[in-house]
Amino acid sequence: MHSLVVEGIGVQNWTYILVGITFTIYIGIAIWSRAGSTKEFYVAGGGVSPLANGMATAADWMSAASFISMAGIISFKGYDGAVYLMGWTGGYVLLALLLAPYLRKFGKFTVPDFIGDRYYSNTARLVGVICALIVSFTYVAGQMRGVGLVFSRFLEVDINTGVIIGMIIVLFYAVLGGMKGITYTQVAQYCVLIFAFMVPAIFISIQMTGNPIPQLGFGGQLADGSGTYLLDKLDGLSTDLGFAEYTEGSKSMIDVFAITLALMVGTAGLPHVIVRFFTVKRVKDARKSAGIALLLIVILYTTAPAVAVFARTNMIETVSNQPYANVPEWFKKWETTGLITFTDKNGDGLIQYVADTNKNELVVDNDIMVLANPEIAQLPDWVIALVAAGALAAALSTAAGLLLVISASVSHDLIKKMINPKISEKGELIAARLSAVVAVCVAGYFGINPPGFVAATVALAFGLAAASFFPAIILGIFYKKMNKEGAIAGMVIGILSMLFYMTKFKFGWFGGGTEADWWFGISPEGFGTIAMLLNFIVSIVIMKFTPDPPMEVQEIVENIRIPSGAGEATH
Amino acid sequence: MANKEKAKAYWKENIRYVLILMFIWFIVSFGAGILFKDALNAFKMGGFKVGFWFAQQGSMYVFVILIFVYVRLMNKLDKKYGYDA
Repeated sequence: MHSLVVEGIGVQNWTYILVGITFTIYIGIAIWSRAGSTKEFYVAGGGVSPLANGMATAADWMSAASFISMAGIISFKGYDGAVYLMGWTGGYVLLALLLAPYLRKFGKFTVPDFIGDRYYSNTARLVGVICALIVSFTYVAGQMRGVGLVFSRFLEVDINTGVIIGMIIVLFYAVLGGMKGITYTQVAQYCVLIFAFMVPAIFISIQMTGNPIPQLGFGGQLADGSGTYLLDKLDGLSTDLGFAEYTEGSKSMIDVFAITLALMVGTAGLPHVIVRFFTVKRVKDARKSAGIALLLIVILYTTAPAVAVFARTNMIETVSNQPYANVPEWFKKWETTGLITFTDKNGDGLIQYVADTNKNELVVDNDIMVLANPEIAQLPDWVIALVAAGALAAALSTAAGLLLVISASVSHDLIKKMINPKISEKGELIAARLSAVVAVCVAGYFGINPPGFVAATVALAFGLAAASFFPAIILGIFYKKMNKEGAIAGMVIGILSMLFYMTKFKFGWFGGGTEADWWFGISPEGFGTIAMLLNFIVSIVIMKFTPDPPMEVQEIVENIRIPSGAGEATH
Repeated sequence: MANKEKAKAYWKENIRYVLILMFIWFIVSFGAGILFKDALNAFKMGGFKVGFWFAQQGSMYVFVILIFVYVRLMNKLDKKYGYDA
């Protein structure tokens, strides 16, 4: 990059400029779109256009994990990385076809609201609130950590300072603007993050394959004129170093199947995604905005596996069997962050990067693949800075969406619906803002003092959503006779079995166990599929032995199946 | 009563669309991308093995198309039954 911008202003200054500009935009939008009523605070007034909602949903959904980590994980897992690609997009088909239109017609503010009303029970509502809180807090801690990491790596401030800056920004527009502020900042954040992801990908695709479209480039031939396909070359490099062929992967088929399904169903059951569909005007807008959201997500998700292939090939070629003394500057820079570690086990001064852990001398963190990719490919400084702004947009937009779910669960579902139904509109709005403040502080605390189990619990969040909300909502819409006894029992059994399996195999509780002990060879990440099936079975069996739901509830179900007359969301 | 019959007929057509589209959803992802991946990998499209391509690219394109097809079908269906108000 030195050759490209000899007298440039440097990565650091570029980062300050780009992050400064984007943050100013977010704050400007927040001031312009303050929420004046609970309806504006919870569902942005219910009049968001399908395009704006699609963009907001895409930004809401694509977190620090999608932006920073996913391409890296894929580049180390090869074919197996498809579980995230299919799992985190296929869920939108379920959302559009099975959930979003009906939940919009139902016309409430939150997911526990639907559970509580459809199952005519505050116990069901409480179970819903607890699930929503666990899922959302788990997620948001990871986002704040992501904000801190980006600040510390690109701007060389302390991670904790980074987390606090992130907290202040989110606090500002989530508390002030509620869903209305969040929606329009997310629209801006989508634009920032997709631009930041695509620019380096396109540059590198041209460099390596001569094709400006990364999705085609990674299936094309190398630009060196050798006529070799890039993927064939990477398969060769991988097997030479003792890894599985890149395009084959190493997980068992049943586990790939289970993880993919758990992630799809979990996606469709995540409250912060579902609630976005409450913000549009009509049922048909809910369907359409699910399509737009997925289209916008897929632009990034189909590019990520291309980035993974480019980055892995580049990395192996740059470092494998090279003398440590000659490594490029980025290698040293990321070594100081601890994300790359090299130990010269055989003392030959060369970097041995191989599958055999006894001989392997190089450990590379997943996140490097996106964060350092522009440096590895020697792109200009402003592109490197752009990645920082994009990663922040991804982390902040998801954090804000989750915080809103948390504050709505407390102020609307707990306070308004269960503790003090007589609370005034103004009082509820104050409660909503206060709970958002508390939620930001708790999230910030976890961002500064991350519990060791964050990585494990993100998978848990999907498993929990799959095991609890998804069956309860699906049965609530498609099975008129489903009653509260069945739904509550199903949710409780679903969550408990998921928690049991996760803690057993992730934390070693209940006697622990290793991969050999997995039931049916299914990993904890894939167990959400089994827990979801358990939920369905338990719900239906219990329902058969308990009274039918009241007639008026059955009429509500008939009513939500008809799209016309979707009134405005009500209390 | 007529209203109830109409709602029932609408719901039946909707379910039929959903089942057909969900079948395609399953075939491209769990079918082509996972269960039949090895068989499809015997074929190549450019540099892509076909099973690998479905798992990391093709299934996602089909997902997008499925939703927009559903949007179109349902907009028509809503009109046919007069539920588009």
